[in-house]
Amino acid sequence: MSHTETPSSLYGLMAEFETASELVHATERARLAGYRKMDAYSPIPIEELSEALDLPRTRLPKLVFAGGVIGGLAGFGLEAWASTIAYPMNIGGRPNLSWPQFIPVTFETTVLGAALAAFIGMWALNKLPQPYHPVFNVPEFERASTDRFFLCIESTDPLFEREGTAQFLKAFHPLGVNEVAP
Amino acid sequence: MADTRHEVQHSGGEAALAALRARTPAVIAPGHTFESVTESVSHIVLSKRTPIGWFFGFAIAFALLMLLNVTIAKLLFTGIGIWGNNVPVGWAFDIINFVWWIGIGHAGTLISAILLLFRQQWRTSINRFAEAMTLFAVACAAMFPLLHTGRPWLAIYWLFPYPNTMGLWPQFRSPLIWDVFAVSTYGTVSALFWFTGLVPDMATLRDRTKSRAGKVIFGMLSLGWRGSARHWHRYEMAYLLLAGISTPLVLSVHSVVSFDFAVSVLPGWHATIFPPYFVAGAIYSGFAMVMTLAIPLRKFYQLDGFITMRHIHNMTKVMLVTGMIVAYGYANEAFFAWYAGNVYEKAMMVNRMTGYYAPFYWGLIAINALMIQLFWFRSVRDNIPLLFVLSLLVNVGMWLERFIIIVTSLHHDFLPSSWDVYTPTRWDFAMFAGTIGLFLSLFFLFVRFLPALAMFEMRTITPEAKLNMEHHG
Repeated sequence: MSHTETPSSLYGLMAEFETASELVHATERARLAGYRKMDAYSPIPIEELSEALDLPRTRLPKLVFAGGVIGGLAGFGLEAWASTIAYPMNIGGRPNLSWPQFIPVTFETTVLGAALAAFIGMWALNKLPQPYHPVFNVPEFERASTDRFFLCIESTDPLFEREGTAQFLKAFHPLGVNEVAP
Repeated sequence: MADTRHEVQHSGGEAALAALRARTPAVIAPGHTFESVTESVSHIVLSKRTPIGWFFGFAIAFALLMLLNVTIAKLLFTGIGIWGNNVPVGWAFDIINFVWWIGIGHAGTLISAILLLFRQQWRTSINRFAEAMTLFAVACAAMFPLLHTGRPWLAIYWLFPYPNTMGLWPQFRSPLIWDVFAVSTYGTVSALFWFTGLVPDMATLRDRTKSRAGKVIFGMLSLGWRGSARHWHRYEMAYLLLAGISTPLVLSVHSVVSFDFAVSVLPGWHATIFPPYFVAGAIYSGFAMVMTLAIPLRKFYQLDGFITMRHIHNMTKVMLVTGMIVAYGYANEAFFAWYAGNVYEKAMMVNRMTGYYAPFYWGLIAINALMIQLFWFRSVRDNIPLLFVLSLLVNVGMWLERFIIIVTSLHHDFLPSSWDVYTPTRWDFAMFAGTIGLFLSLFFLFVRFLPALAMFEMRTITPEAKLNMEHHG
């Protein structure tokens, strides 16, 4: 690790913690200190991290609602169009647009549309799949999916200073502070 | 429950705590950490050594799967005449087995979705393999409607909303097309839910595997998951939404399956109790199958610290409740056959109870109404070998129920001159056994190559997951 590198050649600095509480604490303090471009990594979902990072409410529920509406309209529309315009046929004397009998299919396509929106929407908003990410350059990060907790302050943050930020992170007594290659 | 235990601990009553522990076993054995949970589950997949018992079980399952292949080949070359169904029993093993398999799948969705919404912590250790069971059961179920067409490559005209060369569409007023929508939506949503749950675990396997191929395969399946708080935030929302969406879906699927019968005017089928009665029966048989799979799984892979007696007890209780609803359904059918005063209904019920297939009827009553009363006793709920046998019997009972509902209503219809007896052929049995082979083969492969328990969810129920913010104050 040479000190002639400029901060911009780093993705960021990553502190490794042993417990979830330490990570949440460090994240809260980092945000209070003014850091914004950072992310926390954990092997389990931690609700408190969303608060510590002050994450906005996700748009996902709106997308799912829209998916459900589109699915329902598509299902009902297909049935109505096929039975009244494409091929009207007298079935047991019922009207061509016998809508109560179209409800089961409408319900199923509503569910399908909503579920597809939840699935595709979540991965799209998370920008996954993503084959490469700088955090994987830190060998210790392997344990982020088992039992270690990481806080990464990114070099694009206006307050980021290679030495200063490292000192800041070390104050939380992490297991280690690593530089993350871009 | 964990909270109750903590309260007891704080109030200082060690004796009370011990008593409570004895009454309600924990959802996870004490002493587990993130690492121990992850290691116990992931080593099944990452270990180079496959247990010899696995090969033994897989060999049997695979032999049955080959039987399915032979049966399908015979069916495609000869036609569905190789089956025993014929006028007046035009619908037999194909629909019996379809309903049986679809019903089994329902427990997986109940565990993964409905119990999540109800915050039932015990679902965490059984949801992954129960969801896998759902997918495999739906795959087995789909075989029957597809193959009963005789020419499955043309089934797209008959099953899917696609007009034929004359411009004619499938009949949207028919429950059979509702069924296509319900089952295909159910299969799709179950697969999405299952895959979503697998992604963080795939990341764990990617990080823990030593082999290059493993890194590539698990790396791709993990979609580059890195456990970012921003990702978890949306992930948890998506998981909750999928659970919320799946809940009405799973109730609708077996309701729609029951419409296949209830919308007709045949005595024995035309009953308003069918949707709730079918849904309860589905969950009942599904939990029996989860139990049938969980008991060997926890024994052979030493997972009894994760699938504890708490799970076994709870599953038994769910079976007891849903089984009693099913038993109420039988009583209700018999009552209305008498109370409605319709001669055809009455004749159908008398024929069910005393006719050619009466032994099957009394068999299903013996299992689904009487035998399940054993589940009231704690000594039975604690007896694992007995529970294994009982869970198999429940599935026999539920299969008999579908047989009775379908065949007794058809073989004695309104016109005595057309009455006949239905006997399945060897190909009927071969196909049924073949789908059991397909189911078990998929399940054996799943247990060997994918994490059978949801590692990331299991980590959240260990004591390590509890935040302790005071000491930073």
